[in-house]
Amino acid sequence: MKLRSVIARDPVLAGAILSLVLLAAATLLVPLWSSRDPLAIGDVLALRLLPPLSRGVDGHVHLLGTDRFGRDLFVRMMLAGRISLAVGVIGSVAAALLGTMTGAVAAWRGGWIDRVLMALTDALLSIPRLVLLLVCAALWRPGLSTVVVVLIATGWMGVARMIRAEVLGVGAQPYVQAATALGVRPWRVLWRHTLPNAIGPAIVATTLGVGNAILLESGLSFLGLGIQPPRPSWGNMIAGGRDLIVTAPWVAIAPGLALIVTVLAATLIGDGLRDRLAGERASPRRDIAERV
Amino acid sequence: MSATLFLRRFAAALLLLWLVVTVTFALVRLAPGDPAAFLVSPTATAADVARVRGELGLDRSIPVQYARWLGGLLRGDLGVSFATGKTVSMVLRDAAPISLSLGLVSLGFTFLIGVPVGMLQAARRSGTTDRVLTVLTTAVYAAPSFWLALALVAVFTYGAATLGLPATWRLPAFGLRTPGVTLHGWRGMVDVIRHAVLPVTILSAVGAAGIARYARTSVADVLRLDFVRTARAKGAPMRRVYGRHVLANILPPLVVLFALSLPGLLAGSIFVESVFAWPGLGRATLTAILARDYPVVMGATVLYAAAVILANLAAELALPLLDPRREAA
Repeated sequence: MKLRSVIARDPVLAGAILSLVLLAAATLLVPLWSSRDPLAIGDVLALRLLPPLSRGVDGHVHLLGTDRFGRDLFVRMMLAGRISLAVGVIGSVAAALLGTMTGAVAAWRGGWIDRVLMALTDALLSIPRLVLLLVCAALWRPGLSTVVVVLIATGWMGVARMIRAEVLGVGAQPYVQAATALGVRPWRVLWRHTLPNAIGPAIVATTLGVGNAILLESGLSFLGLGIQPPRPSWGNMIAGGRDLIVTAPWVAIAPGLALIVTVLAATLIGDGLRDRLAGERASPRRDIAERV
Repeated sequence: MSATLFLRRFAAALLLLWLVVTVTFALVRLAPGDPAAFLVSPTATAADVARVRGELGLDRSIPVQYARWLGGLLRGDLGVSFATGKTVSMVLRDAAPISLSLGLVSLGFTFLIGVPVGMLQAARRSGTTDRVLTVLTTAVYAAPSFWLALALVAVFTYGAATLGLPATWRLPAFGLRTPGVTLHGWRGMVDVIRHAVLPVTILSAVGAAGIARYARTSVADVLRLDFVRTARAKGAPMRRVYGRHVLANILPPLVVLFALSLPGLLAGSIFVESVFAWPGLGRATLTAILARDYPVVMGATVLYAAAVILANLAAELALPLLDPRREAA
């Protein structure tokens, strides 16, 4: 059987894909299933800080326990997962699209356009992303849309540099020159012949960027500059459990573990793609040098 | 590298720094919201706000403010903090050594642990050891440092007594020194070291995981090359193959990574510094950002950017020395 041989060849990758699919499905389904509103606050005194697997006075079993307002942690965590996953994927993919456009235009048009775009790219790359992110997020009104915009605005430069280098490399290939010689219009050459061959490293960087974007979002939310309560996010849930770490450790532990599993799976999938698509070219050294 | 090439690189670096300064200024000043409104008391009138704005020079036009700030920067004057009234240079000078020493110690551990782990993984590539270590390093790399910090504090600061750990394992989790007591000599040293154990552990663990992931791919690429096969075929002991042939070839990318990590030290410990209340640069920057203390935010950003640009320049200059093949290219 084919599936079995895939698992045998790379069990780590198979496990990563499986856990991410399961997690995404759970974040979509669990809040639908649950009869309770995960944002609503009920009988706080009776329900708050119940340990995992305990049954509340309302008769519901709380799989992961409850937080300080008596809300079910499991349901809230899944709801937060929707937001974190969506922010991570949208933030990373949109940033990659912006970077691809910038890099392709810079390489294709050359001249002063190239110089101006790359100068801007280098200037933004010279500011640590975390600082750039914090400055943007803090100065504008914090919230979901700000986080996404800021992730895009601070995440496109690496892909832009990468795509520019790849397009310049591919542009020198005989088949691109042949297309140009045959009279194919420049934009079509770029779209049909150059970009598809230059995009591999960018796809890998985008996949690895998903995990990074999720981490950055959680960091911002932890500091109170990202997703705002009562809307749950893994980052603000950990912040909510910060001073309960001794009396009710499960409040902070559960969202942290969810975060680790998600980012771990996204990173391992990115690694698997890199082995197949890109090789060393897509190593995001900047991401290694700056972690949340 | 010839002198003209060096000068050209240096000029390009300066130009880049000016660009960063301009981008930072634009970013901070384009943001909505009035810092003067943050500084006055809640009962202040509109006239009070206008007066504070005038005192801070915020009533001038944007080009004038930009020119004044740039002029000050050229004279080495970063301005005065809105919030504390101290000069920005003083704020940065007080905070930088703390972040730098925390960062340098952690960076040392990062490379000392990360490189050997990555090498071991590459040597056992696709075996069980490699797979277990891959999941382990990637998991640590995937963990947010603020969460790891909370976990370690829960175990080693508050949990130590409950878990029955000996008293020496009860590590402090707040600040640089034990407050209220003055310790001298080696006892003061021990006190600072005990306060540093948890932050250094977290920064080193996360850093080492990243370096191990990077070293694994780099080493695996080198292991495929002909000279490694030749070295092994002629009977060189494994220690020599890895310690000499492999290490010499992964050194250049590691040096680049080291250079790229240096500026990250200044800013990268924002989360760890804020959880452990270390009065370093990361925390100073965060406090300034939250208080809209524009001069400190801009001063710190320029400092970070200067460090990044300088580190890149240094890495570029060092590469030909480490890898003679680059000189030819």
